[in-house]
Amino acid sequence: MLILECPYCGVKADETELSPGYEAHLKRFGPGASPEEFEAYMFARKNPKGVHFERWRHSYGCGKWFLAARCTATLEVFGTYSSQVSEPPADIIAKIQARRPGWQPDGKVTK
Amino acid sequence: MSTRLAKGGRLINRAAPVEFSFNGKRFRGYEGDTLAAGLLANDQMLVGRSFKYHRPRGIVASGPEEPNALVNLGSGARLEPNQRTTTTELFDGLESTSQNHWPSLEFDIGVVNNTAARFLPAGFYYKTFIHPRPFWKHVFEPIIRRSAGLGKAPTTGDADRYEQVYAFCDVLVVGAGVAGLLAAKAAADAGSRVILLEQTPTLGGRAPVDDTEIQGQPVDAWLTAIEADLAARDNVTIRTRTCGFGVYDHGYVLADERVADHTPGDGRPKHRLWRIRAGKIVTATGAIERPLSFAGNDIPGVMLASAVRDYVTNYAVSPGDRTVIVTNNDSAYHTALALKSAGLDVPAILDAREVADGALPEAARAAGIRVLTGKAIAKVKGSKRVNGVAICAQAGEGAVQEEIACEAVAMSGGWSPVVHLWSHCGGKLTWDEGISAFIPDPSRPPLNHDGSAMVEVVGAAAGDLSLTGSSVAIPPVWVMPQGAPIQLRSKMWLDYQNDVKVSDVQLAAREGYQSVEHTKRYTTLGMATDQGKLSNINGLAVLADALGQEIPQVGTTTFRPPYTPVTIGALAGESRGEIFQPLRRTPMHEAHEKAGAYFEPVGLWRRPYCFPRAGETHEQAVHREVLNTRTNLGLLDASTLGKIIVKGPDAGRFLDMLYTGVMSTLPVGKCRYGLMCNEQGFLSDDGVVARIDEDTWLCHTTSGGADRIHAWMEDWLQCEWWDWKVYTANVTEQYAQVAVVGPNARKLLQVLGGMDVSKETLPFMQWADGTLAGFPVRVYRISFSGELSYEIAVPSSHGAAFWAACVDAGRALGAMPYGTECLHVMRAEKGFIMIGDETDGTVIPQDLGLDWAISKKKADFLGKRGQERVYLASPDRWKLVGFETLDGSVIPDGAYIIADGTNANGQRNVQGRVTSTYYSPTLKRGIAMGLLKQGPARNGEVVEFNTVAGGTVKARVRDMVFYDKDGEKQNV
Repeated sequence: MLILECPYCGVKADETELSPGYEAHLKRFGPGASPEEFEAYMFARKNPKGVHFERWRHSYGCGKWFLAARCTATLEVFGTYSSQVSEPPADIIAKIQARRPGWQPDGKVTK
Repeated sequence: MSTRLAKGGRLINRAAPVEFSFNGKRFRGYEGDTLAAGLLANDQMLVGRSFKYHRPRGIVASGPEEPNALVNLGSGARLEPNQRTTTTELFDGLESTSQNHWPSLEFDIGVVNNTAARFLPAGFYYKTFIHPRPFWKHVFEPIIRRSAGLGKAPTTGDADRYEQVYAFCDVLVVGAGVAGLLAAKAAADAGSRVILLEQTPTLGGRAPVDDTEIQGQPVDAWLTAIEADLAARDNVTIRTRTCGFGVYDHGYVLADERVADHTPGDGRPKHRLWRIRAGKIVTATGAIERPLSFAGNDIPGVMLASAVRDYVTNYAVSPGDRTVIVTNNDSAYHTALALKSAGLDVPAILDAREVADGALPEAARAAGIRVLTGKAIAKVKGSKRVNGVAICAQAGEGAVQEEIACEAVAMSGGWSPVVHLWSHCGGKLTWDEGISAFIPDPSRPPLNHDGSAMVEVVGAAAGDLSLTGSSVAIPPVWVMPQGAPIQLRSKMWLDYQNDVKVSDVQLAAREGYQSVEHTKRYTTLGMATDQGKLSNINGLAVLADALGQEIPQVGTTTFRPPYTPVTIGALAGESRGEIFQPLRRTPMHEAHEKAGAYFEPVGLWRRPYCFPRAGETHEQAVHREVLNTRTNLGLLDASTLGKIIVKGPDAGRFLDMLYTGVMSTLPVGKCRYGLMCNEQGFLSDDGVVARIDEDTWLCHTTSGGADRIHAWMEDWLQCEWWDWKVYTANVTEQYAQVAVVGPNARKLLQVLGGMDVSKETLPFMQWADGTLAGFPVRVYRISFSGELSYEIAVPSSHGAAFWAACVDAGRALGAMPYGTECLHVMRAEKGFIMIGDETDGTVIPQDLGLDWAISKKKADFLGKRGQERVYLASPDRWKLVGFETLDGSVIPDGAYIIADGTNANGQRNVQGRVTSTYYSPTLKRGIAMGLLKQGPARNGEVVEFNTVAGGTVKARVRDMVFYDKDGEKQNV
């Protein structure tokens, strides 16, 4: 059972306090988007074995959504951060690269 | 025969005799005994029958690895099946019965399976019972179900209670043998908060049985000192009878404490489940001795060598006057010496090794015991108990050289470190050639949240077998003798509980099974309640040999929690009965109970389904409530309706994105019906929105949808439009809401008095604040029934009193409370949709004829792009229409509309389905709504629905508004 620190209230929250919310940093495609863009937004979610960015909500705590960077294979948590950013912040990237030398953020992260 | 020795027994208290029963026979034992020790002390060697062949089985082990000796414990509300006698503490009055036999343990008809054993090989069920198909369901399965299986599930509720506790520590040590005690002391010395768990009632593990020296001290003295030391420390918590059974992510460990298993009914919880979050986990879980695979190794009286010396030393129980030892390592010599010093005879030690010249073998020789090296057991003689062994050369094919009479056989095939907890979260193993066992690989540990090693393994669990006397190399002996022919191999049991033999695994390999995971499932090796603690390594060694591979190449099956079976009561804890889940009650709940309401669950809410009167069926009550509401006055507790305040300068803009319609233009004081869709465009929720003031809206959601929709709003506000100035608040429980419905609705409000609710002041789809009978109210003029209707919100604290005021004042106007079923019937008569009935997550509003509620002007709203997908515009989609049966009957719930022909699976084609179907008391006939291919375009057509009873019912397609199509009733 994971522990993630809520970046808003600072609580080290047990997984039972949290709700998962799938992949982070998705760019929304609305009216006018091509079928390919809409399909990619709606259905083509990443499922990597390794570094991954996820949305979590501190449902049974402060109620805030936040983002987490963690390794899906080892469950190592590199950090949690505000959901109100369009891409992983530099300090999170640095933490990941310190633990996973050579790792680069996905070029497709556009939002 | 097995019996109690006159003296000795380190764990028993001879001053405290206890009485217990097995299959109705009364036995005597002592406090401190396990049930297994008590049974052996009374010469009860035969304790059960095997799963598949119903062979006689006795006690093999002395701990949680025991595969055979499972019993039903207790009776009635305290009956527990499949309890291990080897871990069950004896207490006065304990009742036990054996399992899996018919008609009796001594004489079991199922044993015919035994003579037919060669016709029941691995995969037998798969191979034999495939054809003819119906035979499986009607012939084979009922027979197999009766003959296979273990204990019977209790039929009454559990009389005991269980509790759960949370605990936190820096270092959690699992296992309080020597290694665990040392680890706990080291961590405590370093200032850590330590929790030490031990599954048995006593600390010390195996060391005191083997009478070794620890740190230069006799083991008992050393133990006394370290126990006193740890007990005196504030930073150390010791829990005995507590099995740490599972390691989970980020240092989370579950442990089961058997608080009152040995003192049933004393008022304490039976078990206590510990939910522990540990900074670091140290597993000191020891090692389990392996059986040897020789013919007849399952006959009662064949036991693990370590178990034999446990029974002799700990409980002063002799397994028999003469015990033959068979081994491939030095540790079993401890057993020979223990038996000898208890005054018992050891006719021979059969050592599969060519040379045995360590300190222990020399001590055995010095004690006058005959040590035969290079020897093996060709066959164990006896059926319900051992009466001798035939000896052969280990290197040969089983030619008998000598027979020795004996009552027991003590076997040791080496030791398997207990690596389960290390492996639960992905710790990797490595094969140790020296001790022929898998041990944890410290370079590949399970990881914690920060990437550090989460688990450390110490002592025998890490492969350090020095305390067992087996630190010297243990050569692998997987089959005994090594060249055994099929006649012998088909009598060598690997998995006692599931009846898997050496020959079964070899057959699986011949049939092409290569993966250990597949072989496990095909043969059922290691799939019993002991999860292969004794059988797995022996089994995969046999598989590796049959495949011509090395053991590490074949690998192990996956270790999953729990390490030992955990009773479901402990996992449930206090979450039983009324507190199984939180129950939500409206402020008027008590009044409904007094009025005799019949409740139904709606999410976590309990809502009145109807209010039956004396002698009325529920159906009759619903019909009365519908007719009364349509002709006089009905009162509905609508408090469960979701209520979410959306407020702020950007609230209108936000609601325009959330709803398919336009909410920003709604004038203050007015109400508008709205639909919410997910991003795929499918309908998700609906409800009436009221504009409260310039920057405040109140959104009503469905009763089940309030929390979900509130979370949905927050998701978009926090993660997508975080620069929009909007606040939301879920105020569902802040207000009680009463729907006053029917021709007399306005009269009731006038009787209550306090505000103008006339048609002119408060027209349809408007709201007003005011007072009624002195209560502060907000009155919404909205209708879900088609009648003149007001929904009146009061603060929750006034809910019960306001409801009572409505009931009292309504009496003269013919008011009756009505429930959810009446609500459903009335909305169906009006053709109003219900989320969850007309929708199922694949339905867009356009399918339901709700195009009018979708804005054409807005550039964007959630779901707009999804609804633009081409296939959603297909004219062939199933669309909502009404149905009227030709004979006036009610279409069954869930019925499909059949079409010509069959699909690829030979099933009848369908072209639609019913979504809401009721008897309408108003129209005195069955009415229905449903989704039909091309829907409204087929108005007037007759279609056929299938029925549960078989056959079909014909219905005519029509529009879905059955009652007051022009809305004259609600607009008065």
